[in-house]
This record gives sequence, structure tokens and C-alpha cells, in this order.
Amino acid sequence: MTFSSPNFSTTSLHRKPGLLRNRANAAMTAVAATFATIAVLPLIFVIAYVLIKGITVLSPSIFFELPPPPGLDGGGIGNALIGTLVVTLISCVFAVPVGVGGGIYLAEFSQGNKFAEFVRFGTNVLAGVPSIIAGVFIYGLVVSTRVLFGNSYSAVAGGLALAVLMLPTIIKTTDEGLKLVPQELRWGALGVGASTFVTTMKVVLPAAVAPIATGVVLAIARSAGETAPLIFTALFSPFWPEGIFKPLATMSVLIFNFAIMPYEAQITLAWAASFVLVVMILGMNIFARWISGFAQR
Amino acid sequence: MEATRRDLLYTLRHRPASDKLVDNGFRSLVTALAALVGIVLLAIFLVVFWEAREAIHLFGLNFITSTTWNPVEEKFGAFTAIYGTILTSVLALLLAVPLGVGTAIFLTENFIHQKYRTIISNMVELLAAIPSVVLGLWAIFVLEPTIRPVLNVIHNKLGFIPIFSTPANGPGFMPAVLILVVMLLPIITAISRDCLNQVPPDLRQAAYGIGATRWTSIFQVILPAAISGIIGGIMLALGRAMGETMAVTMIIGNSTSFNLSWFAPGNTIAALLANQFGEADGIQVSALMYAALVLMIITFIVNVLAQWIVKRLSLKYD
Repeated sequence: MTFSSPNFSTTSLHRKPGLLRNRANAAMTAVAATFATIAVLPLIFVIAYVLIKGITVLSPSIFFELPPPPGLDGGGIGNALIGTLVVTLISCVFAVPVGVGGGIYLAEFSQGNKFAEFVRFGTNVLAGVPSIIAGVFIYGLVVSTRVLFGNSYSAVAGGLALAVLMLPTIIKTTDEGLKLVPQELRWGALGVGASTFVTTMKVVLPAAVAPIATGVVLAIARSAGETAPLIFTALFSPFWPEGIFKPLATMSVLIFNFAIMPYEAQITLAWAASFVLVVMILGMNIFARWISGFAQR
Repeated sequence: MEATRRDLLYTLRHRPASDKLVDNGFRSLVTALAALVGIVLLAIFLVVFWEAREAIHLFGLNFITSTTWNPVEEKFGAFTAIYGTILTSVLALLLAVPLGVGTAIFLTENFIHQKYRTIISNMVELLAAIPSVVLGLWAIFVLEPTIRPVLNVIHNKLGFIPIFSTPANGPGFMPAVLILVVMLLPIITAISRDCLNQVPPDLRQAAYGIGATRWTSIFQVILPAAISGIIGGIMLALGRAMGETMAVTMIIGNSTSFNLSWFAPGNTIAALLANQFGEADGIQVSALMYAALVLMIITFIVNVLAQWIVKRLSLKYD
């Protein structure tokens, strides 16, 4: 028996770039590449513009001075810089304990009951609540009712509004971080006689500290750039912060207020504040990635 | 002596009462903290509804269909803002979905080396971190002046169509739509990329094995397998677009009169709130709260629908 060659010609085994489907393939690849380029371009444009514009207007005095009255030159964003730090700190004081506590409940105690399902659903819904609604809510709850010792607009009100927005992120990352902790660690701790409280605080939480920290840093980075919840809770102030129960300036609200002013000095300060804010937030994001990369090793 | 020590070692010891107290206290504490999420959510609805009750009583459902927004005569209708909210977010989605999903496909298929894909992926994610107020500032001083001539060419050639009927003179719907696209791209790209990555490689190999080209397998095998997650992501992005405040407020023009043209100044619910809440008093505050309630209900429905789609329609390959 001899081995006869098959009937079809061997050229059909070669790829023909001229075929319609191969041309369509190449065309689609080009389209996808174009889309990817278009998606990355805005980032490059925005970052490049903010950095270049920011560096040209940046000087050491900008960090230590107050914004000038309308029409005058010079000045700085010192009060807004401090204000952003203060408001973000206040929001952490509220959001981190509640978020981490809620996450501990979901991961350690809930065992998937109906209430936990409801909390998870609520967390997802809260994550989708528009940021301006958080501001409106705190305005109705705290500012207009003056429950904070008779003060209306205040740094605390702004911090509370930001905390509402940070909460879902922190709960989710804590929940997910704790679920990654091997079950054997809990069994081991309980087996040598530790109470549930000691097991959670001394064994499980330290094992999940990296993912939780990542979530907290990302939540802080997001809230530092938020403006909408602050415009009618923390309001704005052209002066140095006078305490946490008084209105104060933040960088994001400063950018919003100054961007639409017809004065060159104010617009310059808006760019300077954008530069500082973007560098701060990108720094925190990179820091968060570093922490989570550290955890995976 | 020896015997008693052994007894002590092996007697069953009970946990001290304080130990149990701490355990139960801790359990109750974290349960209460978890419950706080539900309480906050409920409180948001209640507070906004309570503050809006006066306007709801006065204007009823006419509020949604009326285009008058007149603080002097105290007549309020939010149709202009609701229309603007839906128009800007839908237009932005129409532009951002092909771009975002296309980018996600580009980042999950092996068109280019993994190293470069990771870099592009990280860059798109960093775009999501830029505060919207900074994007708004950029839109005012860079984006809007750049696209204005292009919009005016469209107006001159196609001005007979109502949606292009006014010349572009600055802030308006179109620049707001474009800045929304910039904000939505990272969300859609990241979610689509994760969904595409979860499609088992066997499916792709099987498609290639029976002779499908790369794009045939993408369109007929990989995309259908990931579609529920991608649609869920698009719905989440829609919710974000409708609630987005700062960048839109800064570039949309904040006009309270209705205009069909896409190049004219307009308004969205979020922009209306950001702009007028500070100076409003009396019935206007209540009307703004009513608008906030409408926005909340729309975004709530969109978000719940998104969660439902992801949960119910996802194909499982286990």
C-alpha cells in the first residue's frame, strides 16, 4: 500500500492575507488599537497639561499664603491645603472604624444570613449614590438643623459627607481582605483557647492588614478630590481654618470657585491647586498599589 | 501536692465571664456598625424626602414634566434638568462603550506584549483617579476651546437639524458629554477587562481549533460569554454619569431654559443642585431637594438593575 498525496493542493495550508476574513481581521485589529489609543490620550493630555501648567505657577510661597482678594495678585492656597487635610482626616475618623467594623461583621460573623445579604446590597447601593446627594443629605441632616452645637456649615459636616462616600469602599475591601485569610488560622487560634475577640483582633485582622490598608488609602484618595459633597457642607473660607466647627476652604472647592472667576490670579491658583491635588492623589494611588503588591508577595 | 497540681492541669476550665462579655460585646458592636450602612442609606432617602415634602405637595408630578424654573415667581419644574441628565449620560455612553469595550478587548487579547498591556491598563485606571473638578478645569480651558471650531463647522453644515441649530459659543451639552466620556472610559474599560479575563481560555482555544479567526472568536465566542458582566459595568457607568456633578457643572452652562440644541448651554439635576443650593432659600430649597430625590430614584433603579443583571444573567463556566 502506497501513501498517495491528498487531492487538494498544498498551497491551501498557507495563510492567505488577501482573504476577506483575514482582511476584516486586520481591519478590526486596527480599530481596537485606535480605540485603545483614544482611551489613553485624555489621560496623557490632562496629566501633561496640569503638570506643566502647575509647575510654571508653583512657588514655595503658594503653600503658605492665603488666596488674594479678587483683583489682587499673588497669594497662595495654604488654607485650602490645610483644609483638605483636616476634612479628609475627619472623614477617616468616621468612615474607617465603621467600615472596618462592618467588614468584620460581614466576613467573620454573618455566615451569609439574610441580614448580611441586605448589608452587602446596601453597600453596593451606597457606592452608587451620587456624591452630590451625600452633600444634600448632610446639609439636611446636620447643616440646616444646626445639631453640631449651633454651627451650620462646618468642617465636621464636610467630613461626614465624605465619610458617607468612603464607607462602601472600606467595607468591601475589608470584607474581601478578610475572606482571603486562610480558615486554618482561625481554627488554630480558637483551638489554643483564644476567644473570638482575640482571634479576630490578634490573628485575623493582622493577616489582612495589607488589603484593608489598600482599600483605606484608595478611599482617602477618592475623598480628597471630591468637591460636590463639600460645596454646601464645608463651604469655603478665604481665611485660615478657625476650628472644626467652622466653614473652611478645601483645594477641590477652591478649584471650583476660582475656575469661573474672571481674575488671572485666581485661575492661576486653581491650576496650582489642581497640580497639588493630582500629585497627591496619584501618589496615594501608587502607594496603594505598592501596599497590595507587597501583600501578594 | 503533686496530685493537686495535676488535677488543676486537667480540670475542665470554664471561660471567665469577662471573656464572654467581651466576645458578645464585640459581636454586637460590629453588627451595629454593619447595620449603620442600612441606616445611612435609609436616612439619605428619608432626609431628602422630608426636605422635599413641601415641593412634592405643591408641584406634584407636574414637577417632572414642567420646564419652568422661576425662583422669582416660585414656580419650579425640573424637566430641563432631567432631560439634560439623561441626554448627557446616554450620549456619553454611546461614545464611551465602543471605546471602552474596544480598549478592554485590546488589553485582554495578545495583540501586544503583556508588559505594554499592563502599562496601558494602569494608565487607564489612573485616569479614574483624577478628581472630576480638575477635569472640569481642563474642560473649561483646554477641551472646550479646542472643539468649538469643530462644533461650529457642524452647525454651519447641518444647522437645519434641530439638535445642531445653535452655534457653539462656550459651555454647552457637547463639551459636557465629552468630559463625561473621559470619566466613563476607565470604569467601562476596567470592568469589561475583568469580565473578558474571566472567560475560560478553553473557549478561545476551541474557537481557534475549528478555524475561527481572532475576531470571529471574539465576536461570537468571547464577547457573548462576558456580555452580562460588561452590561452590568455599563449600567454602573450610566449611574455614575447621571450623578456626576463637578466636571459637568463647570462646562454645561447651567441654563434653566429648555433648548433642543446639543451645542447650547443646558443643565443636569446634579449641576442644578451644585449651582443653586448655596443661594437658595424657602420653597426653592424644597424644590431642589425634590430634584435630588428624582436623581436618587433614577440612579437607584439603574444601580439595582446593574446588580441584578450581573447576578442573574452571568453565564457560569465551572
